[in-house]
Amino acid sequence: MTGRSIMTADEIRRAVVRISHELVEKQAGPNGLVLVGIQRRGVPLARRLADAIEEHEGVRLPVGALDITFYRDDLSLVAAQPVVKGTDLPFDLNGATVVLVDDVLYTGRTIRAAMDALVDFGRPQAIRLAVLVDRGHRELPIRADHVGKNVPTSREEVVRVHLAETDGVDDVAIDRRVEAAVVEAAR
Amino acid sequence: MSLGLEPTAGPLPGDQSGFERPPATSTWRHRHLLDVDVLSWADIDLALRTTDAMREVLARPIAKVPALRGMNVTILFYEASTRTRVSFEVAAKNLSADVVNIAAASSSVSKGESLVDTVRTVEALGAKVLVMRHGTSGAPYLAAERFGGHVINGGDGWHAHPTQALLDLYTLRERFGGDGSAGRFLRGRKVVILGDVLHSRVARSNIWTLAAAGADLWLCGPATLLRGFEAWARRGVHGAAEGSRLTVTSDVGAALRDADVVMALRIQRERMAGGLLPSLREYASRYGLTAARLATARPDVIVMHPGPMNEGVEIAPDVAAGPHSVITDQVTNGVAVRMALLYLLAGVDGAGR
Repeated sequence: MTGRSIMTADEIRRAVVRISHELVEKQAGPNGLVLVGIQRRGVPLARRLADAIEEHEGVRLPVGALDITFYRDDLSLVAAQPVVKGTDLPFDLNGATVVLVDDVLYTGRTIRAAMDALVDFGRPQAIRLAVLVDRGHRELPIRADHVGKNVPTSREEVVRVHLAETDGVDDVAIDRRVEAAVVEAAR
Repeated sequence: MSLGLEPTAGPLPGDQSGFERPPATSTWRHRHLLDVDVLSWADIDLALRTTDAMREVLARPIAKVPALRGMNVTILFYEASTRTRVSFEVAAKNLSADVVNIAAASSSVSKGESLVDTVRTVEALGAKVLVMRHGTSGAPYLAAERFGGHVINGGDGWHAHPTQALLDLYTLRERFGGDGSAGRFLRGRKVVILGDVLHSRVARSNIWTLAAAGADLWLCGPATLLRGFEAWARRGVHGAAEGSRLTVTSDVGAALRDADVVMALRIQRERMAGGLLPSLREYASRYGLTAARLATARPDVIVMHPGPMNEGVEIAPDVAAGPHSVITDQVTNGVAVRMALLYLLAGVDGAGR
């Protein structure tokens, strides 16, 4: 049931630390950066990035949560309505550099929906994308600016990210689709 | 309103960790919303949680999301209404649906078109959701048999007004819901429905949801306006939470004593047959919700009214506008609840992007 492991807890931690440095380097300092996690595993990842940046820069970046359920273009393809988990963006997006954070980048449709949702809240100076895993198979012209790990996959496989905050453990695994179809439908 | 950052959903299927937060939420399985009597507590809880999300949408700078983009929502009202009709219209528009309004008085209904024909016609014109109010109890059930999309009952005769019951419950959850868990949050709370219970679809729908939430429920009014409800109380309410009770009385003093919630109902003059009430004035003096009567309830009692009010009859103006009143909250919550129900019923069909 756990599938083939592709990232351990240590590897996840190192990837988060590396991305946190890349974010600050690209912006030439932490000023103007805000982190927005996509519900639900993007949210703890965004918080971890903020923790890492606070550690080496001494600045706490604002962290928000974005639920993209209402913006999805594939609602009719899923078995039941995804449960709405809530959006909380307690800062002004106008002029900020927003880093969208998600666990897995796949077709790109989630990110398109997230960008649609974000621009309803304001006009960011720039939107960047940080993901823990890029598994390929894009259906839209979207790429990540910061990637924890590139993982070649087939469409029959499902990448499962587990984080301590949501799942009790940190790891990333690949499953065959059969047993994972239910999980995919619930995403 | 800002939602917490913590995800509130239960564990994903197949999630083996066993590490999770608040209760699992169910998925929505109903095609129509005709009354609340067929909803399980899990359904009700899901509707309330989805309403939380809609409240957050309403607080956004642009209170509009594309969930029902391009979907035709037809609002067909055979009876007068302001708040319910406008509330549905605003809710549908906030979800980017296309709204068609039909007032029966100015439509072909006045030329003798039957309900079934009208339903067929609006379906042929592209309606995917039909929100319907009708003076005859059960009319939306007939419409639901013939209509290919989703029917929402916006009030039928004396029978049911499900969206009102859910918005009332949501308003009560804001006060009594505590941590927002799926618990029966009205357990041990005395909730009084006061007035013209006989003609009230609001009361009939509210009895189901309030009992499911665990309330100590009291129905109070002149005996002529409580006919039939004692039998219901003896039989018990199907789906009621453990500890919930239903008491029917004409003793307004006993009903209001230590009440947590008082829901006043409109005296429905248009439905009133002769002889049920001696006069409105006598009703007002014996059963009207005045500040003096309310003083016997708990100090933090909340006062509700589904509207429209006959001020000075079933409720005194100073009570309606007083510090205990949540009547305007009910109206605001009505939009969010209807957004949630439209989304739950039709969101899966709505993905035309």
